[in-house]
Amino acid sequence: MALFAASAQQEAVAAPIQHRFDPYEDNGGTILSIAGADFSVIAGDTRQSQGYNIQTRYARKVWQLTDKVVLATNGFAADGANFVKKVKQRLEWYENAHQKQMSIKSIARMIQTMLYAKRFFPYYVYNILGGIEEDGTGAVYSFDPVGSYEREACRAAGAAQSLIQPFLDNQIYFRNQTFPADQPKPIPGNLPLGTVLGLVIDSFTSATERHIEVGDGLEMYVVMAKGRAVDDLTSKGALPEGVVVEELGPLGEGGGERTFLVRRTLKRD
Amino acid sequence: MNHHPAAWGQPLTAHQQFDMYSTNPMGMSAPRSAHSHGPVQNTQWPLVTGTSVIGIKYEGGVMLAADNLASYGSLARFRDIERLHALGTHTILGVAGDMSDFQYLKKELDGLLREEETLTLTDAHPPLSPNNLYTFLANLFYARRNKINPLWNACLVGGWDFKKDESFLGYVDLLGTTYTAPTLATGFGAHIAQPLLREAYEAKAGVDLEGRPGADGRLLTAEEAEAVIDDCMKVLYYRDARSINKYQVARVTKDGVSISESKSSETEWMYAEGLRGYGGQTQ
Repeated sequence: MALFAASAQQEAVAAPIQHRFDPYEDNGGTILSIAGADFSVIAGDTRQSQGYNIQTRYARKVWQLTDKVVLATNGFAADGANFVKKVKQRLEWYENAHQKQMSIKSIARMIQTMLYAKRFFPYYVYNILGGIEEDGTGAVYSFDPVGSYEREACRAAGAAQSLIQPFLDNQIYFRNQTFPADQPKPIPGNLPLGTVLGLVIDSFTSATERHIEVGDGLEMYVVMAKGRAVDDLTSKGALPEGVVVEELGPLGEGGGERTFLVRRTLKRD
Repeated sequence: MNHHPAAWGQPLTAHQQFDMYSTNPMGMSAPRSAHSHGPVQNTQWPLVTGTSVIGIKYEGGVMLAADNLASYGSLARFRDIERLHALGTHTILGVAGDMSDFQYLKKELDGLLREEETLTLTDAHPPLSPNNLYTFLANLFYARRNKINPLWNACLVGGWDFKKDESFLGYVDLLGTTYTAPTLATGFGAHIAQPLLREAYEAKAGVDLEGRPGADGRLLTAEEAEAVIDDCMKVLYYRDARSINKYQVARVTKDGVSISESKSSETEWMYAEGLRGYGGQTQ
């Protein structure tokens, strides 16, 4: 045994020193999505970094796919951009073939197969898909880089996942909270929009304080179910100071769902 | 050189002749061992390299700068290389990294542009915009990294976008990573020049809602932009050991591309008697 160990060690030393090309990079940043009863919030910061360098203060990580679905990507930016490009292409083909936009659960399954198709040279991308399910409920689907996915009430991914997810577990899933005997634990995924946006903003401002790869700007996409009143987003004073709302027009014919882009700054240091 | 008696009188290969004094990375040759047999190896390293390229948007255009040196390891091998290359009438390409890959890129892009030009002669065919060329480059770089056979470069693309009536500035590198910003720098310039460029740009243009520089919309004038570019090239020459005091500045405006003659920075190498703030001085 000792003989084998010695030869193995020698081989390691004898191996040539090579400039091995590493095809991957981590471009930092964080994404987050929270589902409500009849809406879904999909958010991401806009910083793109490489090591200690900020490459740009504005790079998009959240993408509107259909009138009721938004995708957030995080990880290796080149893979993310090219993955989103392919997803959009597949959605366009689907729409041309079927004269309708793909539903969120079908997009989720499609993303799984697209990710797993590159199982042995993966897209180094963590995806979070948010939007409105066909039954009108808010939905969040989260993926790992090789396509494993599930539907959840909320998910954080990226550089500050370890900072934000425990906060979400407490605030969205009510973990480690005690409730009086006469008041049952609420069911996750039913918080009002104002509360959810508050949690998203607090998550990102806090992550900006404690993580160097998070900051610069925050983009929050809000997808509203058909027929839902939007005054809790658009009425005066509904949102904190410094937050700006813009409605994004429907991409297709529009089925009644409405998508809004909510923006604010994050610290730049 | 091989001095073994068995090698006497034998003709030398081109590489052996070139490798007389084993100056790094001249001593590097494809590793021959049990590990290097087997599948095709595309794995490579840059050999003749250019250092930083820097770029900044200004009122009515965009400005790029790069020095004229192509290094061979630490050897300042080629001292009059142009690393700024015009692509058509309203786009400029600045390249850092491997110079042979840059030459390949030039050939590929010039071929594409010539093909497009023939189409514009017979048809109402729009010319390739800076954004089109940038997307082409991004796809090319990403496709090559997917083959694990990268083009070992970091590029800046500057141009004038007639659709938006504003300047364009984008970055793409060997991994296919892309991003745009009002000021950009590759390599060592990302450490040394980018802070100076950002400071100058944001001092005038401010910062917008998404943390994007440029809220006030007042950009630097061409003269102010060239002053900060000149300053950056000087600091890079002082601090980057793979740089040379000879560089070119390119501008793209509505009216087209212009690349300057090579120029030098005024430098000061006197004994820094009065300098404070470094080393062990206590006052």
